[in-house]
Parts: sequence; structure tokens; C-alpha cells
Amino acid sequence: MHGSIEEGRSGLLPPGEGEVLRLPAPLPLDCGRTLESVDVAYETYGTLNEDRSNAVLLCHPLTADQFAGRDHPVTGKPGWWSYLIGPGLPLDTDRVFVVCANVLGGCMGSTGPASLDPETGRPYGLGFPVVTISDMVRAQAALLDALGIGRLLAVVGGSMGGMQALAWAADFPERVRNAAILASAARHTPQNIAFHEVGRQAVMADPAWRGGDYAGEEPPKAGLAVARMAAHVTYLSEAALEEKFGRRFQDRASLGYGFDADFQVESYLRHQGSSFTDRFDANSYLYITRAMDYFDLGSGEALSERFSGTKTRFLLASFTSDWLYPTPESRRVVRALHGAGAAVSFVELRNDRGHDAFLIPDPAFEAVLEGFLGTAMREAGV
Amino acid sequence: MPTTTSRYDVIASLVPHGARVLDVGCGDGTLLRRLAEERGAQGYGLEIDAGAVSAAVAQGLSVVQGDADTDLQDYPDGAFDAVILSNSVQALRDPIFALRQAVRVGKRAVVAFPNFGHWRIRGQLLLSGRMPRSRALPASWYETQNIHLCTVLDFLDLCRDGAFVPEAAYGLSDRRARRFDPSSPKLSNLRAQEAVFALSAGT
Repeated sequence: MHGSIEEGRSGLLPPGEGEVLRLPAPLPLDCGRTLESVDVAYETYGTLNEDRSNAVLLCHPLTADQFAGRDHPVTGKPGWWSYLIGPGLPLDTDRVFVVCANVLGGCMGSTGPASLDPETGRPYGLGFPVVTISDMVRAQAALLDALGIGRLLAVVGGSMGGMQALAWAADFPERVRNAAILASAARHTPQNIAFHEVGRQAVMADPAWRGGDYAGEEPPKAGLAVARMAAHVTYLSEAALEEKFGRRFQDRASLGYGFDADFQVESYLRHQGSSFTDRFDANSYLYITRAMDYFDLGSGEALSERFSGTKTRFLLASFTSDWLYPTPESRRVVRALHGAGAAVSFVELRNDRGHDAFLIPDPAFEAVLEGFLGTAMREAGV
Repeated sequence: MPTTTSRYDVIASLVPHGARVLDVGCGDGTLLRRLAEERGAQGYGLEIDAGAVSAAVAQGLSVVQGDADTDLQDYPDGAFDAVILSNSVQALRDPIFALRQAVRVGKRAVVAFPNFGHWRIRGQLLLSGRMPRSRALPASWYETQNIHLCTVLDFLDLCRDGAFVPEAAYGLSDRRARRFDPSSPKLSNLRAQEAVFALSAGT
């Protein structure tokens, strides 16, 4: 069940890195199609206890992956939540068993558009079915089944990970004791969809994209880099940009009267764009952004009904400067959960870092998460 | 009731065992924790201050950051056995609206507030000619968040105007609680430093 499965490896995951599980059964999808063969790449942190009651599923945001708690095998950088995962930290690996899986449609070892289509022997490309957040959750559930984990102590996720956590609580309420939904929403707003469409069109406008049928060695790096640059701006805030860069020049003392990266902010974005293409597949970017755009758990009473009778305890947190998933989107969920009679906590944290605040150390945020998860652990006796 | 009684004791006595309770203006959740421990209550909180909410959530309470003037509308009818406003009603912009919401989402509302009809406060105003201050309410008039201070008699006027039924009334003075009849409140209005009312929706 465990162990790297070389032949199942796909995407950009280096050989021999991490765990990859081939799901034992085909995976039916919301679009009506079924994926016959699905790999889920995952990492675990901590130890599963004897009665398997200490498992926490951590759901990653759009451009992150399963390497949340250890150095990334491609970039060499620390895991995206490494400051929260470990002994004595909010995701206390002395007490809980953290599972983080690369999403379906991703490119870090889980089946996605870069994987080989068993029917053609070539990468799926646009032949890959359009997947949804619920499909991602179903793949995670199948992984947990294979790992022998029934009920989760908690599902935790930020941004797209928060959408998965919400979908988990809605689709598998009996399997989720606690759910933490951070800087997230129950639907993609038109503004969210609009920004994603800009990114997708940037990818598709790159001649190297070739209708999604590019060779692994010649990916549409320029288009994907532009998509990343545009998206990255939406993850920050005006205050963060002002503080970090101002109008300061990059390696020069005055205006260049040209189109080089005169400003530090330009240089930074160009670097963000180009380094992203080393660890992300362009088609995966199209599919995952599509999954997010399709995400809509409803509103008002319909949203409430998705959670009616739930026993799950919820935490929602938003950040004051997050204009991508602003506080009113979290409040919509809180209202719906009130309507469902759910136990819910919500806090809007003062933070000027923008949407990315949930990925940046912040004592107030960490205290809230630690308190919520600490209570979950105490109540479960782990 | 014990000989020494606090506002919390009176409020706790008005909350049934195992009740679902919403504490409006719960701060860091001190009352909710006590109700959970002593009354086996399932406590929920609404609090406007982010720092207090963080502190409450960090202690494992279910507390939502929000404004009682607007966000009580989000809860469904009869969601709670009791909705508590402990020293928070006087900080609301529209107390009558909020109390209507409170008796809608709760089977009863428990409302505690400082009584400005207390003889010492009357004396302060009479002798000093300035707005009274107390240990419990030390802020000056231009700094205080307590924009709707009242006396026991004033509160009973609100009950009449809002068609709330005062099911029980207590006056607290020098850490002693006395139950009083809301239909003859004048003596309590003079000697209670704080008042606690249990309200239900009138028909």
C-alpha cells in the first residue's frame, strides 16, 4: 500500500521522492467521466495512532503541493506550512498524523493532465477530464480509505484548501470532526473567475502551449509565467507592495526609459513568474483554476442545507487585507453554518499581507489555529 | 442563592442545565467557560473585538466575530435556549432591535446591565453636577462605549415598548442578589447597582 510506485509517477515529482498511491478503484467524476487509473501523491507528518483517531488532512492551495512540512524536492525551499507542522506546533506531530496529498489534476505526482493517458500512452493534455473540488476531495477520501483512516480529527486548508475543507464537511460530514477554513470561500466570485481567466488566456496565448499538447521539454513557460505574475499580485495587498518595494529601482539609480525591469516590483514579479514554471505544469494550472471557478456550494438557505445536521466544529478565519477572498465571503459561510445550527468560530485577523497572510507567520493567526486544533485534540483524547 | 452573589451567578441560575447558550458580547469567553463547567451548557459567543475572539477561540470556544447590532439576524429562530447580553445591551446602537432578535433566536434573553437609578449614582449627579462614573464604568462620557445607559425603570419602559415579557428580575448590590417583582420596581431601582432580567417575546 505504501511505497513509491515508479511507474505511477507523473508530473514534476522527481523519481523516488515521496509517497504515491495508486487508487484501488476507478474514480467517478462530477463531469460524468471516470478515471480508470488514479495516482495520489502524498506526504505524512507524525504517526497514526492505534485507533486511527489522530489524522488531520491538510489541503493545499492552488500552487502548493503535498510538501507542506518538509523541504520541497524540486525547489529545495522549506515546506509551505513548515512553521506550523512539527512537535509542539499547531499541527503538533507528537499528537496528530498529518496527511497532505497533491490534488487530483495537480502536477506533483498525482494524476493530472501531464500524466500518461493509459489509452494513448501519451500525456492527457486537454484530454484530461475537467475535475472539480469535490472530485479532488473524493480522491483524498479514497486515499484515506486505503490508509485505513475513517474519521478525520480535522480537515484544514487555506484558499483552495479551504474550499476542499468545506467540500469535505459538506460531502462527508460523518468523516470530519473539525474543519478549519482559512482565507477561503464557498464559491468563486466573478472577480475570482475573471483573474483566473486572465491567467488561463496567458497560458493559451503562448505558442508553445500548442493546444495543450506540448512536449515535456518545451512547456509554455512564458505564458505560465505571466499567469503567475498576474495571480501573484492578487495574493498580495497594496500595503504589502508599498512596504516591500515602494517605487524603488532595481539595480539602477534612475528611470531607464525602456522596458527592462526598472522597478523592484517588476523584477520580483518576473522572478516569481519564471521560478514558478520550474515546479508547475501549465495544463495543471488550467485544470486547477477551472476547478476553483466551478466551485459553488450555493448561497443562503441552499448553502445552509449543505451542512444541515452537521456535527462538525468549524473555524473560519479571514484577513483584513485579503481582497481575493475577502471577509464577507467567510461571513456568508458563517451565516449559513449558523442556519445549520453548527458550532462555528470566526475571526477576521488584522493583517496587511493580503491573501497570502495565511502562508506567513503571524502570532494571532497561529494562536487561533493552535487553540482550535488543541481543543480538537483534547476532545478526541489524542 | 449563596450569600455572596455576582452577576455571573445570577445569569448562571437563569440558564437551564445543558442549554444551548449564545453570549452576545462574550469578550474572551469567561462566562461561556463558566456556563460550560457549571451548567453543562453548550456555549456560543458573538463578540465584536477581534483580539477577544482570538483569545476565546484559542481556548476552544465557538465564538464568532461580529456586531450584535447587525449579526444576530444571521441566526435562525429558536436556535438557542438562552441568549445572554451581559453588560452589552448599553453598548448597542439599537437595543430594542437587538433584544427582539435575542428573544427570536433564543427561547429567553438574559439581560444584565448597570443600573443608573442606584442611589449612589443619583447622589453623584446631584452633588457633583457631572455624569456619574463608577468602578465598573470608569470612562468619561465622551469616551465610553456605553451609549445607552439606563435605569431599571427605563429598562422596564423598553420592555413595554418592545413587548418583551420580564419573566424574572434581580437587583444586585454589594454582592447580594435580590429577586424583585418587575411590577413594583421602585425600591430595586434605588438600591440595585446592577440588574438582571430574563425576558421572553410577548405575544
